[in-house]
Amino acid sequence: MTVAPEADTRPVPEGHVRLTIDGVEVDAPEGELLIRTAERMGIVIPRFCDHPLLDPAGACRQCLVEVEVNGRAMPKPQASCTMTVSSGMVVKTQRTSQVADKAQQGVMELLLINHPLDCPVCDKGGECPLQNQALKHGRSDSRFRDSKRTFAKPVSISSQILLDRERCVLCQRCTRFSKQIAGDPFIELLERGALQQIGIAEQQPFQSYFSGNTIQICPVGALTSADYRFRSRPFDLVSTPGVCEHCSSGCAQRTDWRRGRVMRRLAGEDPEVNEEWNCDKGRFAFHYATATDRFTRPMVRDAATGQLRDSSWTEALRIAADGLMAARDSRGAGVLPGGRLTVEDAYAYSKFARMALGTNDIDHRARAHSTEELDFLASTVVGTGPGDGAVTYADLESAPTVLCAAFEPEEESPIVFLRLRKAARKGHTKVFHLGQWDSPGVEKTVDIVGSGSPIHSGGLLPCPPGGEAEMLQELPAEVDEALCRAGSILVLGERAARVPGLYSAAVRVAERTGARIAWIPRRAGERGAVEAGTLPTLLPGGRPVADAAARADLEQTWGLERGALPVAPGRDVDGILAAAASGELSGLLVGGVDPNDLPDPGLAEQALRSAEFVVSLELRPSAATEHADVVLPIAPTVEKSGTFLNWEGRAREFGSTIERTGAVPDCRVLDTLAVEMDVDLFTQTPAAVSGEIGRLGSYSGRRPQAPRVAAPSPPRPGPGQALLATWRQLLDNGSLQDGEPHLAGTARPPVARLSAGTAGRLGLAEHQPVTVSGPAGALTLASEITEMPDGVVWLPGNSGPSRVNRELGVGHGALVELAAAEAPSTSAGPSTGDNPARPDNPAGAATQLGSSTGPGGGRTDDSRTDGGEG
Amino acid sequence: MTEANAQQGSPASRETAPLTPVLTRRWLSPESWTLSTYEQLEGYTALRTALRADPDQLVELVKSAGLRGRGGAGFPAGVKWGFMPKEPSKPHYLVINADEGEPGTCKDVPLMMADPHSLIEGCIIASYAMRANHCMIYVRGEALHCVRRLHHAVREAYDAGYLGTNVLGSGFDLDIVVHAGAGAYICGEETALLDSLEGKRGQPRLKPPFPAQAGLYSCPTTVNNVETIASVPYIVNGGSDWFRAMGREKSPGPKIYSISGHVENPGQYEAPLGTTLRELLELAGGMKDGIPLKFWTPGGSSTPLFTADHLDVPLDFEGATEAGSMLGTTALMIFNETVSVPWAVMKWTQFYEHESCGKCTPCREGCFWLAQVLERMVDGRGTEEDIDTLLDVCDNILGRSFCALGDGAVSPITSGIKYFREEFLALCDRNEGARGTQDERDDKAGEHGRSQAGDPALAGAAR
Repeated sequence: MTVAPEADTRPVPEGHVRLTIDGVEVDAPEGELLIRTAERMGIVIPRFCDHPLLDPAGACRQCLVEVEVNGRAMPKPQASCTMTVSSGMVVKTQRTSQVADKAQQGVMELLLINHPLDCPVCDKGGECPLQNQALKHGRSDSRFRDSKRTFAKPVSISSQILLDRERCVLCQRCTRFSKQIAGDPFIELLERGALQQIGIAEQQPFQSYFSGNTIQICPVGALTSADYRFRSRPFDLVSTPGVCEHCSSGCAQRTDWRRGRVMRRLAGEDPEVNEEWNCDKGRFAFHYATATDRFTRPMVRDAATGQLRDSSWTEALRIAADGLMAARDSRGAGVLPGGRLTVEDAYAYSKFARMALGTNDIDHRARAHSTEELDFLASTVVGTGPGDGAVTYADLESAPTVLCAAFEPEEESPIVFLRLRKAARKGHTKVFHLGQWDSPGVEKTVDIVGSGSPIHSGGLLPCPPGGEAEMLQELPAEVDEALCRAGSILVLGERAARVPGLYSAAVRVAERTGARIAWIPRRAGERGAVEAGTLPTLLPGGRPVADAAARADLEQTWGLERGALPVAPGRDVDGILAAAASGELSGLLVGGVDPNDLPDPGLAEQALRSAEFVVSLELRPSAATEHADVVLPIAPTVEKSGTFLNWEGRAREFGSTIERTGAVPDCRVLDTLAVEMDVDLFTQTPAAVSGEIGRLGSYSGRRPQAPRVAAPSPPRPGPGQALLATWRQLLDNGSLQDGEPHLAGTARPPVARLSAGTAGRLGLAEHQPVTVSGPAGALTLASEITEMPDGVVWLPGNSGPSRVNRELGVGHGALVELAAAEAPSTSAGPSTGDNPARPDNPAGAATQLGSSTGPGGGRTDDSRTDGGEG
Repeated sequence: MTEANAQQGSPASRETAPLTPVLTRRWLSPESWTLSTYEQLEGYTALRTALRADPDQLVELVKSAGLRGRGGAGFPAGVKWGFMPKEPSKPHYLVINADEGEPGTCKDVPLMMADPHSLIEGCIIASYAMRANHCMIYVRGEALHCVRRLHHAVREAYDAGYLGTNVLGSGFDLDIVVHAGAGAYICGEETALLDSLEGKRGQPRLKPPFPAQAGLYSCPTTVNNVETIASVPYIVNGGSDWFRAMGREKSPGPKIYSISGHVENPGQYEAPLGTTLRELLELAGGMKDGIPLKFWTPGGSSTPLFTADHLDVPLDFEGATEAGSMLGTTALMIFNETVSVPWAVMKWTQFYEHESCGKCTPCREGCFWLAQVLERMVDGRGTEEDIDTLLDVCDNILGRSFCALGDGAVSPITSGIKYFREEFLALCDRNEGARGTQDERDDKAGEHGRSQAGDPALAGAAR
């Protein structure tokens, strides 16, 4: 029995109440749940349905305690997960109350009567809250002598998740998560009484980007992962904290591995960033790193056969160094690092380009990009972070208004989406989207149907693709006023680079309304690469190439002679590719870049073909491999340490998870390569780079001017034409998702969306395939009538056959031709790469044939798989 | 046909002293359910009076009349109405709980069959008092005939100007929606009813917020029982003193007692609150065929059983509680000496097992367990230990479940064992193989869920 200490005589802090739990006085913030207060005191009350990020349910009744309010004992024990603290309350948990203890033991016994007790074959065994709490708070034996209720099992509720209804304790964590947090209420309670069970609607599996979280929060082994099922026991695993490499959200994660193999990944806890969630891509897409085609040895192109052959590091580095030096001394070499690097690796590329190749021809933006974007990054983004006023997750959550332009949160940065939804769900944030259609991500941040009253706030501001800048300048008064409220935020995504004038317009709107701008790129390495200076006009730390003082500062730190750094601004990705294709550049150093991610994949391939010397730093075969003279293998994220900067500019450091595989990070490869070129980068290890970045500090001079690009009106589609809207879906053909068929099974099927009016003019029936043609060719997809502006067609950027850059050669905002396709669509499966080409478009047919051959098969990818990134 | 049922046993014409036909007054009139009959018999006169009053006056009137909820809990209706916000910032709703599902209870359906307009008039007055412009009547889905009759009556009321915009020229608007449930006992719980009404799965909600703060569609809502609301027009016409002249101090007014089971004349008997079973049995013609009373429920199966010792317990909220049970819905199920208590308790428990909504562990798993133990005992395969288990499991359900369903589910078991333990023990005695199988079972414990004692062949051999 706890002896009550002398009554606390301190005044109760503002907004707090004072109560007694198990004889100890405690101050708790008003509205706090008893179970939380007790936990802060170190008193753990057993629970199943309770979860701090979900609305209270009070369903499992495991957390019963005795409560006295106003000196009057409540007649029944109370669920501490639903009761809030009040002044003078006296609470007795199982530690001091026999009633509470018996109530808890009683509930535990009841929970177990229908549980199969198959712990020895259950994935959860060893990390199971039911198992642990039953041992701690349950009876040693059961009095149940009758028949258990049984169910057929397991039931597949999506390609990723299997449900064992017998193990389920019906705590509703999974259904509440799906309904409240993700907004995907595709699993629900069915039936009643002891037959109550979790289930899905017929023909409608649990297709949620966040479904994996339900496996993690399931307090029993009812929801298991198809990929991980029966693979290992928790106590055999080593858990290593890490950071997700897939997008710029920067999720903390936990990687569980044994004997050098990753068995599963889980969401890590970081209240500032991902809270306790991650997306299914982050959770399940890790098999790419162990794909059988992964490079393990350097390769060089054999002069005699023209084929790549394995080589030693010594030979490969020697050949690479000689080739790059020759190219440098000839017409120069360009560097394409790709957008998935750690800060340390990107820094090594940046330094390598400037010191070893003597050029500013470096650009990591392996996607549509623009000079306007470059100016925007230099003026507005670089050098900012959570410490100095940059937008953070917490800011999104507390903002009165968030306007997303050219940004599809659920597809491009799922954790940002969750935070926006959370903000909207609290009812004080209005989320507006400047886009083309009411996508699931838009709907779920605008219309919240939860346990309480439905909330509708914010909304979609529909505009034609490419018209975002124009729309931003002429916002409806309601939105404009909302943006003027202090703390409002304007979010721009990577698609903004496709819309001329959008960055400029955003900066102007921000100046006028006081809203702050958040730039949320899609890839994990983009934000860090901006700091590392893998851009033609920026050196590390935000130093403008054009600023002589900044260059001098850098020269000093790097131990270079005065004036050693290249002065002329470099070429951007398009410029480098065009120059290589036309012979103006002799060499290319390519990191994780896939031509299909570039606005003009054909140009990229031509550049790779034309360049005299190509060095590829890769994890697995890519388009660059075919043309590379030297291929140098690099380590995937899981086998190296480093730092990602997430979109906030927050450093997300991680250590190496799987060690001693022999794989080396890009920075180490570049360091050694530079040594072969008689240049010392001092980037042998990520730690060394990190130290240098720290010493270097950031630029303190005057920031470059923000861009002032006028917004042209989008073109008007003529008959049979439409404006193309496109963005990438979270789960698509990206090569980092390779080797995980269960994950691919939950990807959204690729469809072409157009309005009823547009479809009507084409004579298109519902779901009838439609052929979309651009300068590079055509692709055919099943159509879906969607409420959106007329004269617009939306395609997924890189899903199944819909590889927009490759097949059409144009992107978001461009004019394309539309026609109803006669043949039934074969586009249903994301794995099929062959589409019916339009018979009247031989060019299109040729493109398709071309694109579906080659080692990449139907899989294009974002990124390279790669290296550094992966 | 259905009318005949509704009238059957109606005591309106009887001369026996304790009867106070108020709500049942019109039940035997020809075509009592029609608007014309209703209007001829003072129908919609209270409404005209009410619409001239201030809404708050009506709340005060119901408060001073002491009308207590007739759905089982007995919460003072006027106080409940008073919880509704005075100034509507959101729509207000009145929801009528006509999901009469408590075993033995059959008062609301006959009332709605025989006199639907009294409910509608009550709804209009109550809605006016609570500033609600929408009223929903949630009717038990199985009572399809009743749903039809209500639909008809509501249509008549609309046509006569009692519903719709500008009711009787008062400027007050009211719409009534009759909604059929889908056959779930839990939807008689007011928050589960609201979820069901919203189109969701019917399971009880967490309180707070209470319905008066955030009820239907998160708007201020009052949920009242049919009989409660049907009483309102009479209170408006008769006044609170008249109402208080019936019944007892804390439980005033008349009450429809539904008497079923082994009596000569089962049916609805409207008498003042506080009437005893002895008096009611007299009204109902005594025990059927003179076979003596063994046990009875005062207010449906969720109220602990009474025995012949409780014949003189005054059946009002206080009296029933003091005697160890609850008034509930005044559904008196009367059982004579031919009925086995464990058997009856098993049947009730099977009902609760079937109707437990599944939301909370104690009720969901507990009812499942209790039913199996009772089935086994009735089958002659019980042990004395089972009785202790039953009582302890009941203790782990009572007051531990999310809503009152679990509390109600254990009432027949605990009270049955309390008064008739020897009958349960006698069942165990039939299980002569219990000792042997007990040992065997202990050996096998943990190996398999189904024990050897559960083998019917063994049990039969023991007999």
